[in-house]
Amino acid sequence: MSVLVYTELADGQFKKSSLEAIFYGSKVAAQVGGSMTVLAIGSASDDELAKAGNFGASKVLHANAQNLASENIMAYSKVLSETAKSLSAKVVISAKSSLADAVMARAAGALKAGLVGNVVELPNTTIGFKVKRSIFTGKAFAETSITSDIKFIAIKKNVLPLEETTNSATVEKLSVDTGSLTESSKVLETIKATGAVSLPEADLVVSGGRGMKGPENWQPLLDLAEALGAATACSKPVSDLDWRPHHEHVGQTGVKVAPNLYIACGISGAIQHLAGVNSSKVIVVINKDPEAPFFKAADYGIVGDVFDVLPKLTAAVKAL
Amino acid sequence: MKILVCISSVPDTTSKISFEENDTKFSKGGIQYIIGPYDDYALARGVELRETLGGTLTVLNVGLADAEPQIRKALAIGADDAVRIDAEPTDSFFVASEIANYAKDKGFDLILMGRETTDYNSGVVHGIVGELLGIPSFSPVMELKLEGNTATLAREIEGGKEKLEANLPLVLGCQEPIAEWKIPNMRGIMSARTKPLAVIAPSSDALTSIDKYELPAPKGACKMISAEDAGSLIKLLQTEAKVL
Ligand SMILES: Cc1cc2nc3c(=O)[nH]c(=O)nc-3n(C[C@H](O)[C@H](O)[C@H](O)COP(=O)(O)OP(=O)(O)OC[C@H]3O[C@@H](n4cnc5c(N)ncnc54)[C@H](O)[C@@H]3O)c2cc1C
Repeated sequence: MSVLVYTELADGQFKKSSLEAIFYGSKVAAQVGGSMTVLAIGSASDDELAKAGNFGASKVLHANAQNLASENIMAYSKVLSETAKSLSAKVVISAKSSLADAVMARAAGALKAGLVGNVVELPNTTIGFKVKRSIFTGKAFAETSITSDIKFIAIKKNVLPLEETTNSATVEKLSVDTGSLTESSKVLETIKATGAVSLPEADLVVSGGRGMKGPENWQPLLDLAEALGAATACSKPVSDLDWRPHHEHVGQTGVKVAPNLYIACGISGAIQHLAGVNSSKVIVVINKDPEAPFFKAADYGIVGDVFDVLPKLTAAVKAL
Repeated sequence: MKILVCISSVPDTTSKISFEENDTKFSKGGIQYIIGPYDDYALARGVELRETLGGTLTVLNVGLADAEPQIRKALAIGADDAVRIDAEPTDSFFVASEIANYAKDKGFDLILMGRETTDYNSGVVHGIVGELLGIPSFSPVMELKLEGNTATLAREIEGGKEKLEANLPLVLGCQEPIAEWKIPNMRGIMSARTKPLAVIAPSSDALTSIDKYELPAPKGACKMISAEDAGSLIKLLQTEAKVL
């Protein structure tokens, strides 16, 4: 049973979530007794691509062409479905991301494959093909059977602890018939925060709510994030008020994160906010109100003023 | 302009989730249902476009009869007519096939829906619909403007956004701030009662099925640290929680 892993590159490197997908894919391949191939689309060096081997891959197919340089949902999904067809892949795996959702969806549509997202464990293949996935934005799980011949699964972040080896994978160029990838859209402009840690990928997140009182007060939070090497996030009202950019908004209607550490500063812990952060391993809450609901979902809590507490945390991180 | 907006009917975001029949069924008792929050953004933008450009806006739901209050609400907000595909929406591929089967010969210029539902969070129905209809799909879309046959849109990417241009017809998975949620007014509510709502039998098969549900293990107690001694938290995160 052949396994294909769809990966994403950012700035010429595998995204961490994609390495997790490769590692997960190698475990699935071992479980079902098949081979695993990694598909990488976009630009990256062969040395970087060979790193897939450290996480269990033996072969990487690399598709790189002019119209694959920027995120191109239609072209990427075409490359994915064509590759799956030519390899007769029975299981197609990716890490969940908003781009992967769109790409996997179209490829699954083309192959009439059942698709399950937010998978949190290795599949159970003793009878049929069952996966456990997170539903209701982390409030529950569902054991789901995929009954189609080809199975598509998208895994959540931090599902399996990564184990690195020194193996290396062979990299093969995948020739893509770019003529058949019709230009259905034209990118006009890409606006992207530079140098910032990507929020969906981050292992550490520092997040601010309305308790920060205004955009001019964000510096102490940014200082802590910088000292930790963490990504920054915010609650919905904060992005609604334009205190912080929209892509930092976490929660049920925003980005869903699953870092090792989530530090909430001046956030009350409304159920819709918790829905986006409840997959974090450890949650720290700083709030001046001891009754704030967020403390019930926290592992560590500090009752106090964020503007007093944040500089102390930053100093302690710098002293490590 | 011919617009189709697909809506899901999902538990209110504050709902307490529980299961019954030996954890094989979601307990609907006591649950308040709403239009999916992301679908609500898609609907709001659809209604704005329909108001400025004319044409028709059809709202579609794949769901059982208990979704009808949410469909009526969409009609009250401004949809002209509604379709309900009479089936439990349990599988993304199934829901997408039903939408595509309905839409395929109707000439919609735009098919809008939320980027994902807030119950199963799959975020893939728009893409499958686009593929099945052979037209482009984009998600998550946070801005949408139309000029003639050309749509200008902004898609959220990690750490920012990408503005792009594409020709109709399109399928779009929407999110804020594409438009503000709309609240129906009295006139809308009155007129919604008489707007057509067609019920159609499903025609495709699901490719996945849920065998069993499970709730997460309860969270342990929260360890409190005094504000004076806040710095000691960092040591605990390093040595006890082992996340630094
Ligand atoms: C359909 C729907 C979807 C939603 N989706 C989301 C979502 O995705 N994400 C989201 O975040 N919200 C979402 N919300 C909104 C949510 O219900 C809450 O309104 C929101 O999360 C509250 O944000 P907050 O905690 O920043 O603000 P508040 O609730 O106002 O909390 C501010 C907190 O800061 C504390 N505070 C104030 N000053 C200080 C200080 N100096 N030091 C320390 N603490 C201080 C206060 O005690 C308070 O607890 C949604 C709502 C709806 C209806």
